[in-house]
Amino acid sequence: MEQLKGRIIYKGKAEGEALVTEMPISFYGGVDPNTGVVIEKGHQLNGQSVKDKILVFPQGKGSTVGSYTLYRMKKNGTAPTGMINKECETIVAVGAIISEIPTVDKVDICKIKTGDKVAIENDTVRLRQ
Amino acid sequence: MIGMELTKQEQAMLDGKEGYAVCKSMEILVALGEIFGAKSLIKVGSVQVAGVSYQNLGDAGLEFLNELAVDGRVRVLTTLNPAGMDLENWQQLGISPEFAEKQNLVIDAFRRMGILISCTCTPYLIGNLPLYGEHLAWSESSAVTFANSVLGAKTNREGGPSALAAAFVGKTPNYGLHLDENRVPDVHVQVNAELTKLSDWGALGYAIGKKAENKIPYITGIKSVELDDLKSFCASVVTYGTKPLFYMKGVTPGAESQNQPKNTVTIEQSDIKNAYDNINDEVSDIDFVCVGCPHCSIKEIQEIADLINGKKVVEGTELWVATSRTAKQLADKRGYTATIEAAGGKFACDTCMAVAPLKGRFKALATTSAKGCFYSRQSLMKTKMGSMKECVDAAVTGKWNS
Repeated sequence: MEQLKGRIIYKGKAEGEALVTEMPISFYGGVDPNTGVVIEKGHQLNGQSVKDKILVFPQGKGSTVGSYTLYRMKKNGTAPTGMINKECETIVAVGAIISEIPTVDKVDICKIKTGDKVAIENDTVRLRQ
Repeated sequence: MIGMELTKQEQAMLDGKEGYAVCKSMEILVALGEIFGAKSLIKVGSVQVAGVSYQNLGDAGLEFLNELAVDGRVRVLTTLNPAGMDLENWQQLGISPEFAEKQNLVIDAFRRMGILISCTCTPYLIGNLPLYGEHLAWSESSAVTFANSVLGAKTNREGGPSALAAAFVGKTPNYGLHLDENRVPDVHVQVNAELTKLSDWGALGYAIGKKAENKIPYITGIKSVELDDLKSFCASVVTYGTKPLFYMKGVTPGAESQNQPKNTVTIEQSDIKNAYDNINDEVSDIDFVCVGCPHCSIKEIQEIADLINGKKVVEGTELWVATSRTAKQLADKRGYTATIEAAGGKFACDTCMAVAPLKGRFKALATTSAKGCFYSRQSLMKTKMGSMKECVDAAVTGKWNS
């Protein structure tokens, strides 16, 4: 079992299957908050659902309204269980905090593959491949 | 883990000793401070909160605001960005009762927090006027740019939740444009073009925004400028690409103590023309004329009243004057409101073309604002930008004539 250390954006424990992309995600306009499906044209994850996944992506992008979208997904039950970023920015950080989704950044996300079993505990990420 | 130094009181706030809203707010401020390398929190003189239109917030945003409103109370002067409708006159503007009900719930949540219910992108015209060097947590991009560049205050561009967090704590993390080392201009913009009407300033903002993307321009060559020109320029330049700070020689306080960057770009008359060409669509029939992006000043309302006095807005076209309620109240007393309404024009207080639910309602917009054109494309409108006179003419004839 591999262990990676990062920086806490929002504390807590989360476990699940990794869904990994190298592309930044815009939650506002890029993800359907009713289903959790990525709808941005041309995105690697287009058509896939982030619901109940450990969502691994470099960072957020787009409108700051994206923080509210994450919150809406949490309330709808379509949010990721946890998030891992390369370098978190304002939109995802604020979204994670207000939605209480355990989130870490400054993690070498290349080491995580879609389908890996991932556990986040505060600043630690454990992988079972 | 925490790299930021917190005072005892700040730590207690983070630990939840001052309630839920303050605790959540501290979590947001500390996380942002950590991400951007702030060493501490600093006091802010005022806050301006975006994320007011129900169109952008949705039910989840409303729920979040209601949770914060249980025990969250602002500690500094806090005002709001425009909402999705005129809070008093929404029916006349064709807003649905369902939308109005939700929008009112959003406003009620803000009211419980102790926020002044003045929904405007021009807070500096209605009593939220920062001082030179004062730290702020403002959201609206044109107002942030105005505060930084015309008034010499210091603010980052906040999202809705981070602005609210700053209001509940009275502080913001000390990073970005709060620090002098990040306020150094990095491109010199020499303006050789003649600017003769309000919309030229929007075009100038477009031209500079494109040539100085994500930079802090140091602008020379401006011969004369008025408040309304700067208001329009601030909205445009940041919408089309720069950081929310510029130095304009002879205007920006403190510009004289900055070095003029060596890297120079020039703005010629052809750049201004090119901006118009890019902003304007091929369209001649106009069904929507909206002025006031940013919100009209009382002087602009006077100008509209003078231009439209004795004329009539043509059937099939609507004229909206977007402004703050405060400016409208002044206009009421001066008789400008009566003149504009007698001509068939409508006031849209507390709201604007960028945040009202307008998708599908109009085909073609005429406006004085370059920023207004940018955001109206989201609502699927074709756009024409021109002077106040050209816009009033379009309202009276339903045609764009130039």
